[in-house]
Amino acid sequence: MDLLRFATAGSVDDGKSTLIGRLLYDSKAIFSDQLAAVEATSKARGDDYTNLALLTDGLRAEREQGITIDVAYRYFATPRRKFIIADTPGHIQYTRNMVTGASTADLALILVDARNGLVEQSRRHAFLCSLLRVPHMVLCVNKMDLVDWSEEVFTRIRQEFTAFATKLDIPDLTVIPISALKGDNVVTRSSAMPWYEGPSLLHHLENVHIASDRNLVDVRFPVQYVIRPQREDARDYRGYAGQIASGVLKPGDEVMVLPSGFTTTVAGIDTADGPVDQAFPPMSVTVRLADELDVSRGDMICRPNNQPHVAQDIEAMVCWMDEQRPMRPSGKYLIKHTTRTVRALVRHLYYRLDINTLHRDESVEQLALNEIGRVRLRTTQPLLCDEYRRNRTTGGFVIIDEGTNRTVGAGIIVDAA
Amino acid sequence: MSQTTDYRISHLDALEAESIFIFREVVAEFERPCLLFSGGKDSIVMLRLAEKAFWPARIPFPVLHVDTGHNFDEVLQFRDRRVAELGVQLLVASVQEAIDQGLVVEPPNKMRNRIQTPVLLNAVEKYRFDALFGGARRDEEKARAKERVFSFRDEFGQWDPKNQRPELWALYNARVHPGESIRVFPLSNWTELDVWHYIARENLELPSIYFAHEREVVERDGMLYAVNQYVQPRPGETPRVERVRYRTVGDATCTAAIRSDADTIEKVIAEVATTRVTERGATRGDDRVSESSMEDRKREGYF
Repeated sequence: MDLLRFATAGSVDDGKSTLIGRLLYDSKAIFSDQLAAVEATSKARGDDYTNLALLTDGLRAEREQGITIDVAYRYFATPRRKFIIADTPGHIQYTRNMVTGASTADLALILVDARNGLVEQSRRHAFLCSLLRVPHMVLCVNKMDLVDWSEEVFTRIRQEFTAFATKLDIPDLTVIPISALKGDNVVTRSSAMPWYEGPSLLHHLENVHIASDRNLVDVRFPVQYVIRPQREDARDYRGYAGQIASGVLKPGDEVMVLPSGFTTTVAGIDTADGPVDQAFPPMSVTVRLADELDVSRGDMICRPNNQPHVAQDIEAMVCWMDEQRPMRPSGKYLIKHTTRTVRALVRHLYYRLDINTLHRDESVEQLALNEIGRVRLRTTQPLLCDEYRRNRTTGGFVIIDEGTNRTVGAGIIVDAA
Repeated sequence: MSQTTDYRISHLDALEAESIFIFREVVAEFERPCLLFSGGKDSIVMLRLAEKAFWPARIPFPVLHVDTGHNFDEVLQFRDRRVAELGVQLLVASVQEAIDQGLVVEPPNKMRNRIQTPVLLNAVEKYRFDALFGGARRDEEKARAKERVFSFRDEFGQWDPKNQRPELWALYNARVHPGESIRVFPLSNWTELDVWHYIARENLELPSIYFAHEREVVERDGMLYAVNQYVQPRPGETPRVERVRYRTVGDATCTAAIRSDADTIEKVIAEVATTRVTERGATRGDDRVSESSMEDRKREGYF
């Protein structure tokens, strides 16, 4: 059984909570005491129906205001796969939450109401998922029961979305007509839409091929922690612990340590369960090197003939996440990138992107909460990085305000020098 | 670690790798981390993951037990044996001592869950811990479903759910000012069933009360409480012997047992896989106070 992380975006109006509720309920991940609590709350509030949104709206403020504020993580499993859902609110004021949910997702699930077709929000969600390079996208055309299960309606929405997606560089798109309320094409194929020949949503989630989404070509091993046991029986042991970001690393491989540039070979790859003959993402391992080198946290182990950029000038798209202070050119921040934290200066803000129209506004002087823009950064120490489109682990970073310690932004590297 | 030539690992291996990454990240970035250990199955899994994360070195932080004084004997014995095996330092923060010193007041219903919080916060202050590992999982409770892996707490140990740091990729923000701290949850993405599968795979020893046994119980608020020195039958309650096991292990006054015949790990896994009630819903009197009781306790500094 493997693991699939997917992000959902949308509002209650799209039937998103009903859909998630159904996936969880039909896979037996909702428990009877949770359902009873939701039924009691719905009744007390005078709702006409059991509001499945209450299952995911875990905070008091969310229940009081009837809105989803934050990312909620939900879990279910079928015999084929374990699923982690990052359930994110859909409104524009929660763009940062969507970006957060999408950052780790293998697949994004976007919902539209068949009666309304594509709306501004659907385009925005698709854009953010493509920006965060979510490898698979599913568009669920929901509420098909309310358009008489019309193939014509479905086809029109699918064509419109496919045309839009072409501009966004979405590698894998699947469009499924569903009725979350009635269950059609959610877990089992619908008999109401014989014209649809594709899989049900759950069948697609269980079978979508994610193994080749990982980058198995570029060896990148950010050193996280140096293990030097203070015990008699292992005193000479020196291992570099970390999680493989990409590529396949094997004992005997010739490797280079950055930023020093020294080369050596891999003497062994250890885990507490014994040595392994290869390590690949997302394994957490401990690498021993043949030569004694000065290697510490924040360094990167790669192959000599396939190195990341060693760069202090970073071109990036940034999503600003702080409500207190906007990002300004010449602002100084901390950047956390893989296991390395450096100071950075915002050299230039090229433009702000209108995430509904994709229009570039070059007249802006700052980025406020939930705004996305293109910047150039200059760092005090080099980042050992790749373009985000090539590597989601070595291409992403967060921005931290050194005064408040808040995480104020997220960035994806477009280019580096 | 099981692996095949198509470069895939199982979901349990993926969860383990993520948790090990989180343990290492904390030790690399904080001055004084500490692991909260209750003797429950989640903290037993946590100890195992910590052991793996730093092998062949020893676990480089102490273990803290907030002892309510209402413990199951089996759990304390187990705790002492396990820390001795691992060679880690055990610190105990005693709720009874805090009551005796007048630091906290025992509530009339004798449930000590809520007064654990000031005792925990005192210990954090005394030892100047800046990161505390907890075994909480997001599938346990809906307030927890919204919590970060690195959960920021102010100088009063409080959680502010509306002001959480965004958490993207595996980039955790470990920066705090003096007096502030981070609660770290390496098992965030695990479910109860994952924990049991891992216990089976790793062949981890658990306190015996997790498996079906005969015990004298009383039924209270629809839950089965063990009759012992802390819980005595109230008027109208008739103690009787039932075959039970515990799904969670906490303070003996607010943790209930469930009827069960599952006396092996395999049977427990089969039982958990088919149950229709959450573990906290089935067994925790402290969560039944209101729909927001967990959120409220977390805001005060609880795990």
